Amino acid sequence: MALRIEQDRARFRQIIRGRVRQNLRKYIAKGELIGRQGKDVVTVPLPEIHLPRFRFDPKQQQGVGRGKGRPGDPLSPGEEEEGEGAGEAGDRPGEHTLEEELTIAELAEILGEELALPRIEPRGRHEIRSSKYRLTSVRRTGPESLRHFKRTFKEALKRQIASGLYDPRRPLIIPVRQDKRYRSWKHTTEPFSAAVILYMMDVSGSMGDEQKEIVRIESFWIDTWLRSQYQGLVSRYIIHDATAREVDRDTFFRTKESGGTIISSAYKLALEILEADYPSAEWNVYLLHFSDGDNWSSEDSHECVKLLQDELLPRANLFGYGQVRSPYGSGQFIKDLREAFDDDERVALSEIEDRDGIVGSIQDFLGKGR
Amino acid sequence: MPAKPSALPRYLREIQAEVEQVAREAGLDFFPVIFEILTYEEMNMVAAYGGFPTRYPHWRWGMEYRRLAKSYSYGLHKIYEMVINNNPCYAYLLEGNSTLEHKLVMAHVLAHCDFFKHNAWFAPTNRKMMDEMANHATQVQRAMDRYGVETVEQFLDHCLSLENLIDPALPFAPRSARPSEPPEAPQAEELPRLPAKPYMDSFINPREYLEQQRRSRAERQAPARKFPAEPQRDVLLFLLEHAPLERWQQNILSLVRDEAYYFLPQGRTKIMNEGWATYWHSELMTKRLLKASEVIDYADHASMVTATSGGRLNPYKLGLELFRDIEERWNAGRFGKEWEECQRMEDRQCWDRKLGLGREKIFQVRASHNDLTFLDEFLTLDFCVEHDLFSFGYNARNKRWEIVSREFADVKAALLQQLTNGGQPIIHVADGNFENRGELLLVHRHEGLDLDPAWSAETLAALARIWSRPANIVTEREGKSVRLRHDGHELKTFDA
Repeated sequence: MALRIEQDRARFRQIIRGRVRQNLRKYIAKGELIGRQGKDVVTVPLPEIHLPRFRFDPKQQQGVGRGKGRPGDPLSPGEEEEGEGAGEAGDRPGEHTLEEELTIAELAEILGEELALPRIEPRGRHEIRSSKYRLTSVRRTGPESLRHFKRTFKEALKRQIASGLYDPRRPLIIPVRQDKRYRSWKHTTEPFSAAVILYMMDVSGSMGDEQKEIVRIESFWIDTWLRSQYQGLVSRYIIHDATAREVDRDTFFRTKESGGTIISSAYKLALEILEADYPSAEWNVYLLHFSDGDNWSSEDSHECVKLLQDELLPRANLFGYGQVRSPYGSGQFIKDLREAFDDDERVALSEIEDRDGIVGSIQDFLGKGR
Repeated sequence: MPAKPSALPRYLREIQAEVEQVAREAGLDFFPVIFEILTYEEMNMVAAYGGFPTRYPHWRWGMEYRRLAKSYSYGLHKIYEMVINNNPCYAYLLEGNSTLEHKLVMAHVLAHCDFFKHNAWFAPTNRKMMDEMANHATQVQRAMDRYGVETVEQFLDHCLSLENLIDPALPFAPRSARPSEPPEAPQAEELPRLPAKPYMDSFINPREYLEQQRRSRAERQAPARKFPAEPQRDVLLFLLEHAPLERWQQNILSLVRDEAYYFLPQGRTKIMNEGWATYWHSELMTKRLLKASEVIDYADHASMVTATSGGRLNPYKLGLELFRDIEERWNAGRFGKEWEECQRMEDRQCWDRKLGLGREKIFQVRASHNDLTFLDEFLTLDFCVEHDLFSFGYNARNKRWEIVSREFADVKAALLQQLTNGGQPIIHVADGNFENRGELLLVHRHEGLDLDPAWSAETLAALARIWSRPANIVTEREGKSVRLRHDGHELKTFDA
């Protein structure tokens, strides 16, 4: 039985959700929620929610404790929390913070509401179905292991009554072959949509820690949103300087190389991965590339454009390019791309100045609803 | 009840009978007690509801429940006992506790119940609060159905912000002294005239004369228009009587006020109440109820209840030891003029007049004291030294909490300060028509501590919304007298 308090709890959660939404932009810019992530939940730190009242300034109030120590000694941590002997414990002096757990799905929903992100309609691949079967119906034939005991006896009882063989004083029911009923299954198919995100990042010397942090924060939110839109989501990571290689998530955010930058190397590798593992008939493909926009040569930039145009874009739902402002980069690459794909629906270009720019960039990428 | 209360199994009924028997023999006198067994989830729920099975819908119960459920699941705490001041008394046992724990909880609860019944501060409380709370729940729910959850909840939040602005003395005042008279509407009655025939009127009652009459009457009435005539501590009552509230709002404000008065004595007697209950469960268990096989578990449990961790003051322990100290002192006759004036340590140490008045004394104390008077009267220098008490405060320079003093006078002052008015600022309504603009004026009686500025601003905003005109409070800030004014949108500060 549901407890009465569930109602109050639900109301409280609503309030929490409102608070998270209010502060969402702050959370995004500070990267606060990352690393507070379990399997399905994210722990959100919130300032305590209180009912205000007239009270004394906690910093002026004295308390009483017991134990050793001389005047002037600091209290050991935790002591100040409920050092007083009376009154409402826990109310003072320290402000407490709440830690609320939100599921990834809830967080995505809040993100979607706050940034007004359109839902993504998976590309026309409704033929992708997952089939399930369930034992929901009853048949006259089947294996004995699936015999429906109750039904079988019901049928036998009906037959015996109908044929006058049933004696209520001696209720003996004996099923015969045609009384037997068996559980049977039904197939159901459900459309299933899966997506893959290929993250590509420039790790050449000009990308500093702050630039990578921005990429990390942004990829967390993009993951969160896309995960809420697809049943299956796979992320793959490619780093590149002059050459590209695939790495795991951890390495992706940690590697720092000193070489130059040849962007096409990453695009070529991406193409290989797509060809090998993700046939575009079955997968929604997202390509997200972050760089400071400093490519080795303009020839290579041309090659990139060509690769995108001919090979990558036809396979992808979206190609997103985020250019992170760095003190070293020239930022030329985004101009090349803009020239080539200015009004291509499949391409989203975004310049990220600093952490406050992350929200806008997420909107650039996901605002297309693709 | 959320779930059908499980009737007490027979072995617990037998234990209850035994414990009650023993408690009565020891002199405790209590309301009939109904024990119910709850699962830990139900226990957490009831605890979140402040001990009652039903409360009006409000988010803060949900917040509290979540906190309790979390700390329970991390093994940080477990609620052993809960008891409601009601006749009959309701108390809860936690499902899955051992027989020993149930026995202990029962002994503890009976002492609480004795305290509720005999302590003077509980005398005016509603002993049918169980039913009353359920009524309140229905009223709020009905208002929410009718006017919308958000609207009602918001108003409720405003009211709850003012919950502590009640008059602790009011329940003891004679009924006639209670209501504050609403201001008399200025009456448009005729001015007194000298009798005259109509055609003579303007000569016998010339205009100057009438003018003078009007002025003198205005002067006579002026002081009367100020209301309340006397400063009023019960701000909630004042709002009930004078704020422009709709019917449902009045209902809600009034139920918040009722509950505040009901819970008031519990806040004011926490140390005593817990001390008394702990004293008696220890007394009954160790002297009468324990079986040999249970002693170790009992000791383990008792050490937990009265543990002092990290320099905290545990109300259970403080109360328990003060009661024991009182009993000892009155048994040995360590009180009165002769004792106070005795300066010789040797004499003091082996002082024993063999009076045996201890038991009688503590029963008196539990009947007539509250925490403030209890500590004021019975916290002695010896006790303070023996128990290593100190006072602490915030050192703004070092940005940390530090031990301030070990002087008896300082420690006691800090304790009493916390207990005065339950640790709440003393505030009263001074004027319901401030500056003749219909604004509300509260005055904070400053006794050394400033108000928390951020919280005051929010509270004042809530007050302004209920009063529907700007609300003011006069207080002191850093030694200067100031007036804060909130009009529902913004706060302004004036020198006062």
